[in-house]
Amino acid sequence: MSERESNDRSPSATGAGDGGARYLTQDDLEVPTHRIVAPDGSYNAGAVPDLDDEELRDLYRWMVTDRVFCRRMVNIQRRGELGTFGSTRGQEASIVGSASTLEPDDWLFVGRAWTPMFMRGVPMRDMILFWRGIEEGQKSFAEHNSQIAISIGSHLPLAAGVSWGMDLDDGDAVTTAYLGDGATSTGAAHEAINLAGALRLPALFFCQNNQYAISTNFESQTGASTIAQKALAYGIDAIRVDGQDVLAVYDAVSTAKERVRQGEPVFVESVTYRLDAHTTSDDPTRYRDDEEVERWEEDDPIERYRSFLEAEGLWDDIDHDAIVEEIEAEFDEALAAANEFEQRGVEELFAYVYDEMPPELARQLAEFEDLLERRPEMYDYVEQRPKG
Amino acid sequence: MQATIVEAVNDALHTEMAADDRVVVLGEDVAKSGGVFRATDELLEEFGGDRVVDTPLSEIAIVGGATGLAMYGYRPVAEIQFSGFLPPAFDQLVSNASRIRWRTRGALNAPMVVRMPYGAGVRALEHHSESLEGAYGHIPGLQIVVPSTPHDTKGLLLSAIRDPDPVLFMEPKRIYRSFREEVPEDDYEVPLGEAAVRREGEDVTVVAWGSMMPPTLEAVEEGDVDAEVIDLRTVSPMDAETVVESVKKTGRCVVVHEGPRSIGVGSDVVARINDEALMYLEAPVERVTGFDTPVPLLSMEDYYFPHPPRILDAMERALSV
Ligand SMILES: Cc1ncc(C[n+]2csc(CCOP(=O)(O)OP(=O)(O)O)c2C)c(N)n1
Repeated sequence: MSERESNDRSPSATGAGDGGARYLTQDDLEVPTHRIVAPDGSYNAGAVPDLDDEELRDLYRWMVTDRVFCRRMVNIQRRGELGTFGSTRGQEASIVGSASTLEPDDWLFVGRAWTPMFMRGVPMRDMILFWRGIEEGQKSFAEHNSQIAISIGSHLPLAAGVSWGMDLDDGDAVTTAYLGDGATSTGAAHEAINLAGALRLPALFFCQNNQYAISTNFESQTGASTIAQKALAYGIDAIRVDGQDVLAVYDAVSTAKERVRQGEPVFVESVTYRLDAHTTSDDPTRYRDDEEVERWEEDDPIERYRSFLEAEGLWDDIDHDAIVEEIEAEFDEALAAANEFEQRGVEELFAYVYDEMPPELARQLAEFEDLLERRPEMYDYVEQRPKG
Repeated sequence: MQATIVEAVNDALHTEMAADDRVVVLGEDVAKSGGVFRATDELLEEFGGDRVVDTPLSEIAIVGGATGLAMYGYRPVAEIQFSGFLPPAFDQLVSNASRIRWRTRGALNAPMVVRMPYGAGVRALEHHSESLEGAYGHIPGLQIVVPSTPHDTKGLLLSAIRDPDPVLFMEPKRIYRSFREEVPEDDYEVPLGEAAVRREGEDVTVVAWGSMMPPTLEAVEEGDVDAEVIDLRTVSPMDAETVVESVKKTGRCVVVHEGPRSIGVGSDVVARINDEALMYLEAPVERVTGFDTPVPLLSMEDYYFPHPPRILDAMERALSV
């Protein structure tokens, strides 16, 4: 008999004899939050994950990359060089801690997290192309087993399916779906996580609870006091982690991945905060107050980690300004490469719809090309787009 | 007052919420932030948190919940943030909202409106640019309304909220703020199910709706064509009569829509003309539409969109026979 079958599903005799029906409440659950480095920089030395100095310094470097990349993207968006952009400032520890566990064969589905793709080799240029609405950028995402989901929650069933395939293959790779607190309200999320629980699909659900889904705060998003506890209802074990503590996130996710590699689904809730606007088209002053933002700003994940590095004597080897300069230079180069990306032809609209272009599509393309030739004034209507 | 389309939406909501306390507005970010396009601005302040509700991020819950509210006697006006996020709720439209009256043999109905911005041209991300009125128009029992002017927007939305059956109200976001016109402050209705003749003409009938009205009118002006321009306004059920009568007069027709060509609304316009005015036709009916491809991301989306030269080209073809 498997462990699951031994689960007794018949009602047990609670309150027998005293006649009282008892509520099972949220308070019956104690949901601890895993933390290694406290906001004041003190830390539990025994819990520090087994990473060498180089790896510890890399965590810092990648967090700074995330921050610099977002700052530059917001800046060029303001100059009209992108359509819109969703910054991840404030979530660096959550993103980098989790993504540092990635292996090349792992699959990644992200909501709000761009740096994990850089960590696995996607060039910054392609991320800029993506935010400029140039499909070509997504080619290298796919080459690195990565996808961005714009329809919130829509990727979770995909992640369940890919992990299912990995399971059938007896592979060692892991599928991770990143999601936000808002995404946990979607039907797709419920159905996917339930599927993973029911079929024991080895997927990792990594939820960044950044407290907001555009203007909707966590309290309005759900009546539950944590997201982690929701996993239990699907028969999946969960870890709740302090998402401002990169070591704790790394530790939680590596622990979870061991379980996933053994064939079990795991849910991780990383408690963090989105410091910037939801996207560059959003105005957060309409729904949150400055004090709240300041409170979180004071608990900067990069600063918190810096205290740890200092205490460990690793900080002296880190030249923060040089790191920033390097990343700025990388961004400049990526931007120049994105700007050089060639103007495309209209056939691009018709490519990749099907493996082979059906005659009707070929006809629509030919008609359109003919029109563009005969009526060059069409180009007057095709406004100058953000570069590309 | 002079108002844009999105301001007309806002004004209609203020008007009807004040007039009827059964009207409830719900959706993602509609309350505290006033909607990502500000269509629900100031409603929370005026009508309070019981009637203006920020929902969790769940289109199924928004549309299905609205259906239940409506069955119970409320008049929900739900917002789907972008039309590309309606698909998760498609099931609720197909399986519930559109068939409550049918299923209960008239004992219950679903007087509800689902509003959503649709269409390309605002430099958004994937799933933010679709024009799928054809797909939704395929659902019996659902009315698909697509305004194209601020004046119509207010009058149609008031009619939609008061209508006893469900309405999908597709707002052309590309022209949300592109022009203003006089919109009466008081209460008025523009009837559902009636097309408008925007311009009278003798030579060719051009049928369009929503986001396609401005380029269509521009093409007519530019081409100096004596076209009769019909704004369908309600895509389903369609006012075929106005189209047919016009085609009987002009003998030629061009249909313009942003959504993909195949199995689209344009195909249906052509079929209605075949049914009732085939013998009056002097040329095949032309269709100017989006392509049978996904709407490209923002860098190329303007190639997808039917612009005036394409429309003009089709008109000239229709007139050349
Ligand atoms: C199905 C769907 N509905 C609505 C939207 C519009 N939208 C984009 S992001 C967002 C909030 C997402 O919040 P959350 O899941 O918490 O992720 P975060 O961006 O905060 O990381 C919404 C409502 C969408 N993209 N997809």
